[in-house]
Amino acid sequence: MTKEIQNAFKFGLPIFIGYVPAAIAFGILSKGCGITLLECFLFSAVVFAGASQFIALNLLMTGMGPGGIILTTLLVNFRHFLMSAYLSTRIGKAAKKYLFLIAFGVTDEVFSVLSFKKGQLSKTFVFIVQISAYSGWVSGTVAGYILGGFLPEILSKSMAVALYALLLAIILPEIKTSVKALILTIASGLLNSLLIKLDILPNGWTIIVCILIIALAGSFFIATEIQEESCG
Amino acid sequence: MDNIIFVILGMAAVTYGPRLIPFFLMTNREIPKRVDAFLKCIPMAAIGALIIPGVFNATPDMPMAALSGMAFTMFFGLWKGGIIIPVLGSVAVTYIVLLGAA
Repeated sequence: MTKEIQNAFKFGLPIFIGYVPAAIAFGILSKGCGITLLECFLFSAVVFAGASQFIALNLLMTGMGPGGIILTTLLVNFRHFLMSAYLSTRIGKAAKKYLFLIAFGVTDEVFSVLSFKKGQLSKTFVFIVQISAYSGWVSGTVAGYILGGFLPEILSKSMAVALYALLLAIILPEIKTSVKALILTIASGLLNSLLIKLDILPNGWTIIVCILIIALAGSFFIATEIQEESCG
Repeated sequence: MDNIIFVILGMAAVTYGPRLIPFFLMTNREIPKRVDAFLKCIPMAAIGALIIPGVFNATPDMPMAALSGMAFTMFFGLWKGGIIIPVLGSVAVTYIVLLGAA
């Protein structure tokens, strides 16, 4: 059990480090937009979805009404539907009681960490990773609002790279042993770059289209291999 | 004021819904093989799109800084594996490159 806890912190720490500078930026921006500390805190504490919170601030400033902002948020965050669909196949029996809590914390990075953890997911592992992410996001938001940009600029910029490095470190063992996993990952990145360049999809939907197309292609081409590698 | 609280609660609802609903659609059901293979491909597809092209703009003033950090993650990760050193190392490398350029 202690091994599990240690392991969970190993994955939680990079998310914490990556979320803090982004959350500080959100806190600073919120203050600049004239919303109160309580509202700013609630944004991060109840919504808990990075990109969509920044977009919401922008839309509030343009004077868009609540309906438009909420609809945009639904579109931006809908990718988590696919992530939860995957995670639902991986949650262990003992953790099923806590689905309402676990579902709340499904962010891009939490999903990425959980999806490459071998074996069934225990509630201990899931919660430690999620609490690391949540505490970094919420505390960073409040700190940013109150203290402003207290981290040196260069440090906070460097910390932002932690999230990308984490994602890369997570998939490395997989793409090292499977050329097809490597191809899928790179194909998805290239498709995403293309879709962003074409600029025809609403914010957040390039990732959804990438997941649907690449995972569908993958399910045809490498169905057998994936089933063998299944870490069930 | 009330308007913003309403926006926050609405955003929370439409964010939480898609995160929660799949857990109830899938639980305790026999998943067809094709769907299972599709689901198993989701992590790689998602992570590929989460890294690229975002990483090329992670340090907007100087993309090379983030890419140097990522290069460290890649080499160390392939060589020794692990999470903490590849991640903290990439932050350190990015920091040093940005500092050197400043």
